[in-house]
Amino acid sequence: MIHTDYGYEVRSGNRVLCVRLYGEIDHHSASVLRKDLDELLLRERPLRLVFDLSRIDFMDSSGLGLLMGRYRLMKELGGVTAIERANQGTMKMLHLAGMERFFEIGRG
Amino acid sequence: MNTREKREINRMHLCLPSLSVNEGVARGAVSVFCAQADPAVTQLSDIKCAVSEAVTNCIVHAYRGTVGMIYITAILYADGVRVIVKDKGCGIADVRRAREPLYTTDAANERSGMGFTVMESFMDRLAVHSRPGKGTVVVMSKRFEKAAVKE
Repeated sequence: MIHTDYGYEVRSGNRVLCVRLYGEIDHHSASVLRKDLDELLLRERPLRLVFDLSRIDFMDSSGLGLLMGRYRLMKELGGVTAIERANQGTMKMLHLAGMERFFEIGRG
Repeated sequence: MNTREKREINRMHLCLPSLSVNEGVARGAVSVFCAQADPAVTQLSDIKCAVSEAVTNCIVHAYRGTVGMIYITAILYADGVRVIVKDKGCGIADVRRAREPLYTTDAANERSGMGFTVMESFMDRLAVHSRPGKGTVVVMSKRFEKAAVKE
């Protein structure tokens, strides 16, 4: 088994789902996270999804795809999505793609 | 980088099959290679991102549905680095269009269409040469803020 350095933790309550991503978010990890998170969202049906990005060591444009995809699903489910605690490198990536048009982006 | 010091200090060749697990291997290797020049942490993180995008393109687009080899060359100069990522995959019919922000041929798989934009923004120079049916070569370079390469 190949060691993979990524994952997530979930906290929920009051129909708010907080997902803390950690490790390296690239095309490799995003394709796994995507399936897990969609199952979770469809099961929990939160009104608000909060991504905590404070534990991300690396994120490329596949991470943008992962965030945008979940934003779209949340919109379909009638909920909103927020991003919190992005570090400097992640923030640079978010701004480059103009992600502030879709998400509330806070330093938390 | 072209106008200044061009002397080559070190060089690395890396050949990897187009497996997604190698995205991390490639950017990690290039990062370690560049670290000898002691670049700023933010610059190193920019280079890692750019390499990750180029390698992901090979996996997702060039060798879509198949496995082929990705050839990565990193050349360290006194004041910066040049990274060449080459594949022998399907090629890009319209490079200009492919380089446009948010343009993607694979929206269904959540490709953001930002790969070339990231490479262009995070590196100082980006050149893309492609021949449909033959493959693609991406050449990108970045100058380090302070030339700290020790010979």
